[in-house]
Amino acid sequence: MWTWFHKLASPPHAYRMLGKMAPWFGWTALAFILVAAWWGLVKAPPDYQQGDAFRILYVHAPSAWMSMFAYVAMAAAAAIGVVWRIKIAHAAAAAGAPIGASFTFLALATGSIWGKPMWGTWWVWDARLTSELLLLFLYLGYMALRSSFDDPQRADRASAVLAIVGVINVPIIHYSVKWWTTLHQAASVTKLDKPSIALPMLIPLFLMIIGFQLYYGWALCRRLRGEILRRERNAAWLKEAS
Amino acid sequence: MDLQKFLTMGGYAGFVWSAYGLTTVVLLWNWWAARRSEAEAQASARRRITLSQESRS
Repeated sequence: MWTWFHKLASPPHAYRMLGKMAPWFGWTALAFILVAAWWGLVKAPPDYQQGDAFRILYVHAPSAWMSMFAYVAMAAAAAIGVVWRIKIAHAAAAAGAPIGASFTFLALATGSIWGKPMWGTWWVWDARLTSELLLLFLYLGYMALRSSFDDPQRADRASAVLAIVGVINVPIIHYSVKWWTTLHQAASVTKLDKPSIALPMLIPLFLMIIGFQLYYGWALCRRLRGEILRRERNAAWLKEAS
Repeated sequence: MDLQKFLTMGGYAGFVWSAYGLTTVVLLWNWWAARRSEAEAQASARRRITLSQESRS
């Protein structure tokens, strides 16, 4: 088990593995996203209250989910890097940040576009919206902090602290609609009892979440390969790999 | 499928299509940025290797 783990964490092995995995992630992601978009835009029936505007759900909810998933993954990788001093874990945290930030931006922007016709406003300082905006600033702060160090090891340690402390915001985002019942609607899918969405409307949502998740996997593979190369400045294996 | 209905989105065309358009842009940006980040790292690694080989010979 441990030898397998060490092999996995060794830069040349990881570099090759990621290169092999990326196309699988990429093509399956494309298939899932296209089917989900067709299903969500064409096949799913319009909502009885929101009409066709509810179709924004199929890009808004998956990107909001990814914004939180990517943050937890980044913080977990940073924590592993700090505790076990695994360089590749720090590299994975750094590689995931811009992807997570882009999904957070997308969740905020599509939410705003949905908010205008349904709530009558682009933005309101509601608990859910405010905590999601804070998440975007956490991502941006993490990336800015990293780029302020020349030495990657010091950047790893300092940015890991920010990533780990910031993870407290993720449950706040999730429960914000329960704790402060302001404008954003409460959870409809991630409830312990039955989800309150009809099945024909729910299927494209799940397909899109899977698609986004796979797409994140693809982007992480590509970016992590770049991170590994940047960190292994003088390693001999680079000669064979590049 | 009624094309007219599909395009107008029951009067919400501007909102629905801009949300999906923006999603497409962000996904394409991720694709481009990830590829570029990897390609730049590969190019600079290759440059370093050639430089170190030249200095040795």
